[in-house]
Amino acid sequence: MSNRIYLFKVFERIWHWSQATLIILLLITGFEVHGSYQILGFETAVNTHTTLAWTLVGLWLFAIFWHFTTGEWKQYIPTLQKVDAMAKYYLFGIFTDAPHPFKATTLKKHNPLQRLAYLFILVFVGPLIWFTGWFYIFYDNWIEWGWDKYLNLEWVATFHTLAAFMMLIFLIVHVYLTTTGHTPLAHIKAMITGWEEED
Amino acid sequence: MSLAKLVRVLAVTAGMVLAANAAQANTDPAPAAPAEKKASTSTADHSKFKELQENFATGPDVTKACLKCHTEAAKQIMHTKHWTWEYLNPQTNQLLGKKHIINNFCTSISSNQEFCTACHIGYGWKDDKFDFSNQDNVDCLVCHDTTGTYRKLPGYAGHPPYKDTEAPAGSGFIVKAVDLKAVAQGVGKTSRKTCGSCHFLGGGGDAVKHGDLDTTLTNPSKYLDVHMAKDGLNFTCATCHETDGHNVPGSRYTPVADDTTPHIRGKKNADPETCQSCHTAAPHKHNARLNTHAVVIACQTCHIPEFARGQPTKMSWDWSTAGKLDKDGKPIRIKDSSGHHDSYDSRKGNFRYESNVIPEYIWFNGKVEYTLRETKLDPTKVVKINTLEGSPTDGKSKIWPIKRFTGKQPYDVGNNQLVVFHTYGKDDSALWTNFNWDKALEYGMKEIGAQYSGKYAFVETEYSWPTTHMVAPKGDALTCAQCHQPSIGVGRLDKVPGIYMPGRRANALLNTAGWAIAALCLLGVLVHGAGRIYASRKGAHK
Ligand code: HEM
Repeated sequence: MSNRIYLFKVFERIWHWSQATLIILLLITGFEVHGSYQILGFETAVNTHTTLAWTLVGLWLFAIFWHFTTGEWKQYIPTLQKVDAMAKYYLFGIFTDAPHPFKATTLKKHNPLQRLAYLFILVFVGPLIWFTGWFYIFYDNWIEWGWDKYLNLEWVATFHTLAAFMMLIFLIVHVYLTTTGHTPLAHIKAMITGWEEED
Repeated sequence: MSLAKLVRVLAVTAGMVLAANAAQANTDPAPAAPAEKKASTSTADHSKFKELQENFATGPDVTKACLKCHTEAAKQIMHTKHWTWEYLNPQTNQLLGKKHIINNFCTSISSNQEFCTACHIGYGWKDDKFDFSNQDNVDCLVCHDTTGTYRKLPGYAGHPPYKDTEAPAGSGFIVKAVDLKAVAQGVGKTSRKTCGSCHFLGGGGDAVKHGDLDTTLTNPSKYLDVHMAKDGLNFTCATCHETDGHNVPGSRYTPVADDTTPHIRGKKNADPETCQSCHTAAPHKHNARLNTHAVVIACQTCHIPEFARGQPTKMSWDWSTAGKLDKDGKPIRIKDSSGHHDSYDSRKGNFRYESNVIPEYIWFNGKVEYTLRETKLDPTKVVKINTLEGSPTDGKSKIWPIKRFTGKQPYDVGNNQLVVFHTYGKDDSALWTNFNWDKALEYGMKEIGAQYSGKYAFVETEYSWPTTHMVAPKGDALTCAQCHQPSIGVGRLDKVPGIYMPGRRANALLNTAGWAIAALCLLGVLVHGAGRIYASRKGAHK
């Protein structure tokens, strides 16, 4: 009989999935604005992207608040413990059915590699997207606020795009890694129901 | 033959016809009744003035009568470019104006005044001895006629026909004598028709010179001109070019590229003809992003999506092929594929007409430098008749739409300078009578007292015209995508330097690296996944 642990609370799950949706849509619309393809049409892409961006910002404010009031922020404290074990596992053990070197608990939901990756997204990619995104959003006010003396749209856009590429790469790897639970869908189920099953 | 046809025939045969009612004539064969008069709110009815009950013999006779009451009018006129055809550009110190410039259309009025001055607001300018100080020489009627019957024919030094006149000579077409008394009694404000009688026909015919000024503006649809449409605002030219003491603001020599003066319509020192003077510099009430665009982009760029939207405009003129004659030694004319325009005329060479033309876009700060006759040129390069100055960083420029008119015209090989040639005249040196370049050039250069080596060749030239008229309704303005995500693959502003344009100017290195790494990651996880599937299959077999 496998053990079940309640890993993800309701807020976390809602947060996760709405954020996932928003980020995917932001990627789609963002790269359309960027000129990579045509789906919605430029003007609609810009407007949709901007609306989605504000929504994501709102969601993040909620999430930050939640993480600090619940203490969940500790989940992202980096640790190098077992990082090498995790790496080894993904490189070799996973193919030979070796045991997973990390067991999720309600206090430690993320494995060490996950922690590092999420932290990187949280403290680097996220803020980079936010700040460049805000500069971009307030482009119409640059002159009025005197920002045009310090900012240059080309650089704002380039760094925003850099962060977007990082987000895209994260998304690819992240989605794949969700299939590395004890069954391919185990992690995804956990994020939907909250319950992680263990073997 | 209908009046419309006659007008058209004259326009092409004579090269330039000043018909105050040219456009109207196309739709309305009897334009005699002054339509504007009914709606007039003027406090004076000129038909009741005893000064105007005379049977005037000549234009100057009418002017004398006008000046009896309008004592200062001629003096005012004499200070204007409309009269002097001369302008000293304070920015460049170049002496400009029709009197001096050599362009790449009909090139120069020198030695051809008798013909060209059909568009001068005066009487009798047939050579360089014209008296610019004689008030009687001012032509009041060409601007103030409301009857639509006043016209000046090329070849009469600015005089209207005083008797029934065959024009052009030998053509069999008779232009009726102007009824000066009726015209004088019917004077009023200027109109699209009166201004258009010259400005719509610039360059020797309808829509030749300007892609944004032609006879379709006499009675335009809203799509063609949102300001002038009769069923809309019904502006005249003077609504924007609001005169002050007969001085008409607005200039091709010193255009206002960026009107930074606040919205001060009616204030004398402002430029009433700019978009901003009515609309302000931030006219988009509900779209801040568009106002931000307007900081660097001229209104015209988006709001005049194409020029020549009423009818085709001439885009190039190659003088070098002029003079071919048929086997009987007669000049020939060949129509272009549309059938409406000449693609070849023995007197003028080859032309190309185009309609709905997408402008070129450049940074422009209002400063214009001309290649004058005195300017030394490099015949191995395209000679720029005018150079519009501008840059993304000078803080004064905006991105403007222009019509780029190209041509080929003679220059003096010995002196590397543009030349004046004698196109029209009742003598045997004029190009249009004789088709002999040597004679025409020698005559023209002698006329202005300039040195001429005696050897000529043809040089490529181009002339840039900021596009500013024929503003479309807002629904027809450029869409975002036409610059940012062009469906035709070429964005309107792709060639304009110094701007970051989302959708068009992505950092190439970042793009390559970004997509490459993302693709590698995707490949990596796919291989990893395949490995897992393979491993688990093998495991299951064991
Ligand atoms: C996962 C999140 C996001 C992704 C993947 C993303 C991606 C992109 C990309 C690729 C572009 C095109 C840049 C260019 O080529 O010029 C873009 C544009 C833009 N982004 Fe984002 N973005 C994200 C979040 C945000 C956020 C949070 C904001 C605001 C706080 C924002 C605001 C903007 C704005 C204003 C533009 C420019 C649209 C315009 O032309 O007005 N983005 N985004």
